[in-house]
Amino acid sequence: MILKVARKELKSVFASPMGWVILALLQFGFGTYFLNGVNEYFEVMSGAIRPAERTGVTMFIGQSVFGLASFVMLFSVPLLSMRLISEERRSNTLPFLFSAPLSLTEIVLGKFIGLVAFLSILVAMIAVMLCTLNAWADVDFGYLFSNVLGLWLLVASFSALGLYFSSLTAQPVVAAIITFIALFGLLIVDRFLTGDDASVANYLSLMHHFQPFARGLIDTADITYFLLFIVTFLTLTVRRLDADRLRG
Amino acid sequence: MTTLTVEANNLTRIYGGREAVSDVSFTLSKGEVLGFLGPNGAGKSTTMKMLTGNLAPSKGSVKICGVDMIENPKEAKALIGYLPETPPLYREFTVDEFLAIAARLHGVSGKHIKTAVQRAKERCGLTEMSKRLIENLSKGYQQRVGIAQAIIHNPMVVILDEPTVGLDPIQIRDIRALIKELGGEHSVILSTHILPEVEMVCDHVQIIDKGKLVFNGSIDILKQQRHGNKLLIGLSNAPAHDELLKVAGVEAVEELPNGLLRVRYAAGKAPAEALVQAAVSKGWGLHQINPDQTSLEDVFVQLTYQDAAA
Repeated sequence: MILKVARKELKSVFASPMGWVILALLQFGFGTYFLNGVNEYFEVMSGAIRPAERTGVTMFIGQSVFGLASFVMLFSVPLLSMRLISEERRSNTLPFLFSAPLSLTEIVLGKFIGLVAFLSILVAMIAVMLCTLNAWADVDFGYLFSNVLGLWLLVASFSALGLYFSSLTAQPVVAAIITFIALFGLLIVDRFLTGDDASVANYLSLMHHFQPFARGLIDTADITYFLLFIVTFLTLTVRRLDADRLRG
Repeated sequence: MTTLTVEANNLTRIYGGREAVSDVSFTLSKGEVLGFLGPNGAGKSTTMKMLTGNLAPSKGSVKICGVDMIENPKEAKALIGYLPETPPLYREFTVDEFLAIAARLHGVSGKHIKTAVQRAKERCGLTEMSKRLIENLSKGYQQRVGIAQAIIHNPMVVILDEPTVGLDPIQIRDIRALIKELGGEHSVILSTHILPEVEMVCDHVQIIDKGKLVFNGSIDILKQQRHGNKLLIGLSNAPAHDELLKVAGVEAVEELPNGLLRVRYAAGKAPAEALVQAAVSKGWGLHQINPDQTSLEDVFVQLTYQDAAA
């Protein structure tokens, strides 16, 4: 049943040109960065850099593409997640889901998976794009995998947060703005409190947990952080919808 | 035909200390059509939301075919088709796409989805609109799509909140016929403002006012209240009232300001024929004879007003 809801969400993204336009625009952006990366690599690496300071092509290009991707997702996920529940609230379609034989958890999970599936297409396209480097060079697949996993977890966390804020309001735009502010805050919270490495703020920061992935390090603690983050906000969303039913 | 499909026990819903619905209890059997009447804000929609599990009752319980809505919401909801006040439509989809989604979410198995969609479209007269975006449909057609999604999984109980709003007279007739048809195999609950509609399609009527049930019974009782034992006749050479009283069955005659006469007769008697014959043979100049009906509106106002006065 969860997948049926997810399928409906995915279909609704592609029912309007919006889904396609977002895919195309973002892919265009990533492609440009990718191309620039390749060009720069030849310029920089053929120049006067000592062999010890040279980095691999995967890392060189990956860094710029994944850096851009995590930044772009900060803007695009709120725009995609905003309509998930608030749009349904506004156009009175929630009773449709509530009166279908679905539990609230199934509805929320379905919506979450639908959005993550759409974003996975983007992540997968980036991965495939970087894999094409393998035709000329030896791609560091380990580094690539860690980055893709990190980006995917980051995007899924963004979606969970976006879904929750979308359930709070009937105005999609409000949901998008709050989501964006919250995400931005969570990303840069460690910037304000640099120095103290053990501070709580560091633990809360999404970026702090994303960086190991970006360096090619897969740490179970970071994976757990993202999973907990997702579970927390999905649970909050279920509770919010349940409150709808109880309080009316 | 005595299987109970809907049982509502002491349904109560409190909004901020005010009881929007209080102690509403009723049962519905298979094959019955229940009409839900009431002025605006009486609690019709709230009751329907509670019946369909969209709103948790503050007190009381709902059972659909014996399945408790609070304990087993999934099983209970699978037995219900619901059309809320505002039809829940995803405007970005075509009629076909939307109905397929509705069927899938209501647990229609993959291979039956196509036939289910086809059938629902035929029943609601949507066959020609299959490929149209819901967004571009007129209000009436959107309403039909709303009804189609409520009956797509062939539910035991169909709950329709004001199904004929925004439809043209021909569509209203079609939908009424559809509701009657549904009433054959399923139970139907519908709320409406249009009183004659209730008379046409419903077996049972409930009138709710300020959250309380003020009338719950068969439509026949309501009809009796309505028809009364009165005739309205117009005579150009009206004789003395005594003359009229001599006609078999006539109990009282009353002159109305518009020149017509209201004739009361004993229950079970039908003096119309005798009156006509008398009028013809005695040359009273009969130009009009009608059963005098209190309109359903009057009955409705009486019932809801009584409650306010009490």
